[in-house]
Amino acid sequence: MNSIGENCSELKNQYDHCFLTWFSEKFLKGDTNDEVCAPFFKVYQQCVKKAMKEHHIDLKEVEKDVLGSADEHAPPPKNT
Amino acid sequence: MVKYFETTSVFRFSWDQVAQGFWKRYPNPHSNHVLSEDTIFREIRGNKLFTKRLLTKTNRVPKWGEHFVNARTVKIVEESITDPKEKVLITYTRNIGYVRVMSIVEKVVYTVSRENPNWTVAERSAWIDSQVFGFGRAIQAFGLERFRKNCQQMVGGFNYVLTTMFPNSTTTLSHMTSDEVMTSKKETLKDAAKKATDLAKSKAGPIYASCQPNKT
Repeated sequence: MNSIGENCSELKNQYDHCFLTWFSEKFLKGDTNDEVCAPFFKVYQQCVKKAMKEHHIDLKEVEKDVLGSADEHAPPPKNT
Repeated sequence: MVKYFETTSVFRFSWDQVAQGFWKRYPNPHSNHVLSEDTIFREIRGNKLFTKRLLTKTNRVPKWGEHFVNARTVKIVEESITDPKEKVLITYTRNIGYVRVMSIVEKVVYTVSRENPNWTVAERSAWIDSQVFGFGRAIQAFGLERFRKNCQQMVGGFNYVLTTMFPNSTTTLSHMTSDEVMTSKKETLKDAAKKATDLAKSKAGPIYASCQPNKT
C-alpha cells in the first residue's frame, strides 16, 4: 500500500515488512520488545511527518487520542 | 442528530490470523477507494500494542453534499489496541476535516467466537452525524447505504486478504444480524429521505444493517 508521501513508500514497505514479522513471530507469542523495527520506524516517520505537513493535514486532529478517552462514542442504551 | 448502526460478522479464521491480516488489509480487490495508508504512531503499553494509522480514501460524497464538500479525498484516522493475551483487537476510525458536514465514526471489536474458538467475531458500530441544518434524514439514508457498502468491503476485502494469507483455513463466512435493512443502490434523495423516515418510524432504537459480501 502506498504512503501519503510518494517518496516514503519504500521506507514504509521496509518498516511494514519488519513490523509484520515481529507481530507474528514475537508479539503474538508474548514478546513485547519491539526494538528490532525501531530504526526502520524512525526514518519512515521522519518522511511521513514531512509529507503530512505538505498535505496540510491538521496534525492536532490526527494526534488527538479518542479510543479509550472520554470522547469515545458509546452505543445508545438498548430500550427493548 | 447522531445515527447509530451496528452489525456483527463472523470470520472463519482464528483471532491470531485476523490480527495479522488486519495490518495487511490494503490493498485488496474491494479497496480501490483506499489511496494511502501510513502508521503514524505505535507504542507498547503494558502487554498491548497501541497504533494510529492515517488513511486517505476517495471521497464518496452524494450529489447533494457536493455543495458543502469539494475535497476529492478524505483523511481518516484509525486508532487500534491489540491485546494478544485477552485476544481482543479494537479499532476506532474517524474522519478528519468536514466533520460538521458529516462525521463518521466506526468502531470494530474483534474477539474469539464463543461458538468456535477457531473463528473470530467482528462487532461493528457506526455513528453518523451532521450539523448541517435540515440534512438529518438525508444523512441517515446516505449513512446507512455507506455503512452497508463498507460492511461488504470490510468483510469481502478482509476475507480475501485472509484467504490469501492463510489458504488452508475455511473461507466461507456467515453473518448474524438482528434485522435486515436494504436500500437500493441508485435511489434518489427523495426516496432515500422517505426510506429514512420510514426507518425512523419503524425503529426507535439502533438500526441493524446486514452485511452482504460480494453483492453490489
